[in-house]
Amino acid sequence: MISKQDVEHVALLARLELNEEEKELYTRQLNKILDAARALQELNTDGVPPTAHVLPIQNVFREDRVGEHIDPEKALANAPDREENFFKVPKIV
Amino acid sequence: MDLLQRTAHQLHEMLVKKEISASEITAAVYRRIEEVEDKVKSFLTITREHAEARARQVDKKIAAGEPVGPLAGIPVAVKDNMCTEGIRTTCASKILYNFVPPYTATAVARMNAADMVMVGKTNMDEFAMGSSTENSGFHLTHNPWDLERVPGGSSGGSAAAVAAGEAVVSLGSDTGGSIRQPASFCGVVGMKPTYGGVSRYGLVAYASSLDQIGPFTKDVTDMAHMLNVICGHDPMDSTSANVQHPDFTKFLINDIKGIKIGVPREYMADGIDPLVKERIKEAIKKLTELGAYVEETSLPHTDYAMPAYYLIATAEASSNLARYDGVRYGLRVEDARDVVDMFMRSRSQGFGEEVKRRIMLGTYSLSAGYYDAYYLKALKVRTLIKQDFDKAFEKYDVLLSPTSPSTAFKIGEMVHDPMQMYLQDVCTIPVNLAGIPALSIPCGLVNHLPVGLQLMGKAFAEGTLLRVAYTLEQNTEFTRLQPVIGGA
Repeated sequence: MISKQDVEHVALLARLELNEEEKELYTRQLNKILDAARALQELNTDGVPPTAHVLPIQNVFREDRVGEHIDPEKALANAPDREENFFKVPKIV
Repeated sequence: MDLLQRTAHQLHEMLVKKEISASEITAAVYRRIEEVEDKVKSFLTITREHAEARARQVDKKIAAGEPVGPLAGIPVAVKDNMCTEGIRTTCASKILYNFVPPYTATAVARMNAADMVMVGKTNMDEFAMGSSTENSGFHLTHNPWDLERVPGGSSGGSAAAVAAGEAVVSLGSDTGGSIRQPASFCGVVGMKPTYGGVSRYGLVAYASSLDQIGPFTKDVTDMAHMLNVICGHDPMDSTSANVQHPDFTKFLINDIKGIKIGVPREYMADGIDPLVKERIKEAIKKLTELGAYVEETSLPHTDYAMPAYYLIATAEASSNLARYDGVRYGLRVEDARDVVDMFMRSRSQGFGEEVKRRIMLGTYSLSAGYYDAYYLKALKVRTLIKQDFDKAFEKYDVLLSPTSPSTAFKIGEMVHDPMQMYLQDVCTIPVNLAGIPALSIPCGLVNHLPVGLQLMGKAFAEGTLLRVAYTLEQNTEFTRLQPVIGGA
């Protein structure tokens, strides 16, 4: 069972601020979804390798050459706030 | 026949014979949008000036006698999770309400290079999370066959736009069925190509190991042309498959003699609407008459696909969506105390309920103490599901099933029960976990609503799916059925 405290902890990890109503809702719903997920425990997966990715790709390398890049004005065009060529944020510490 | 009931290949013939211009086709699309968009609401952004300028360029090329491709001048709608330089791209999320990408997704760039005309960006479930387009942060989209019903999702806007004649073809993305299920609900052809077949560069990520871009079309011939345009290796996507794709139109063969088709019994189980099953059985009968060898088979781990999918997809989503923090683009709340306060409040205001639910679930299953029991277990089950398919394809060329357990449901019918909504995707999810291609093709109506038939194939065997679908289409009237908007 997931408790409301678990939901609060996960929300903090996910950087989400939930109101009381959302905490109740997600506690209830996550329990229901995880109940369904517990069906997986019925399966014996000893010795079964995990599939994180379906293609037999390992590392994809390219030549270490300078390619095209987005110029700073374009890269900053969506910035909510900026100073010179930097993204500006509220104080960190 | 109304111009916008025509397929892309029919319009192409008219274009090269100079019976019509690209500008006239574009104008007809916008007349249609003015007529029906109030009712259907397929689009989030309409790009009329852009489209008109593009159509004029195509007309100049044709007038100058330059060769043009089979989709030149064809109006295409694009799901709003593909980046388009200079054109707002929102993923139907308030957190990206003002985002204007500095670059264009490869799939869209390839359509531009083929002289296609993008007419607008379509509505979707926020960040492609949903099965009805009701999770859009902006508005609902209505099914053109019955405006009180959903178009399916998450690519509901792209499916509805083609069904309603607001575009001739469109692009969607499919992580657990988000192209095939809306294609089924809206009575059009939709395909999820093999994972890696179409570049994901510029596709806003939901679950990176499952996401794949694919087309919606009115018929199978248009589907082959669309695949020719969008498939191909892209160095900008490290998961793009470096394979030589065939000319997909070579598979438009009206003959399936000797093709072996398996029908997994788990896909015809009790949860499937009996009337949907009837249509599927009629299609099976037709395919048998046409010379295919069809028999029942089993994919024994099918029941585990849904829980495995929701653990894997949400885990990947919780990581992918960490980037929306109000720093570089999108929504940022005012007057934050500090940077963490800004992250938390921007994300909480910007994301909708379903997106938060999936981020929460994914964060939980990846968190300390639960990783092995949930996420890792799901990845192992994914292997078993993939092995089911590998085994089946030793015996069969194609697997066949319903695309969705039901026809389009009513708006609001399922929004309060996420589990019931997730069950919408039982027939489509296993395909994404295995990375294989699948398409949905209309196979008749139940109570005036379209039913979709799903064909699944081996990795990179899109051609075989096209051949079976084309043969079914040429010997039935199913893909020629069109809705009367608001008049049914």
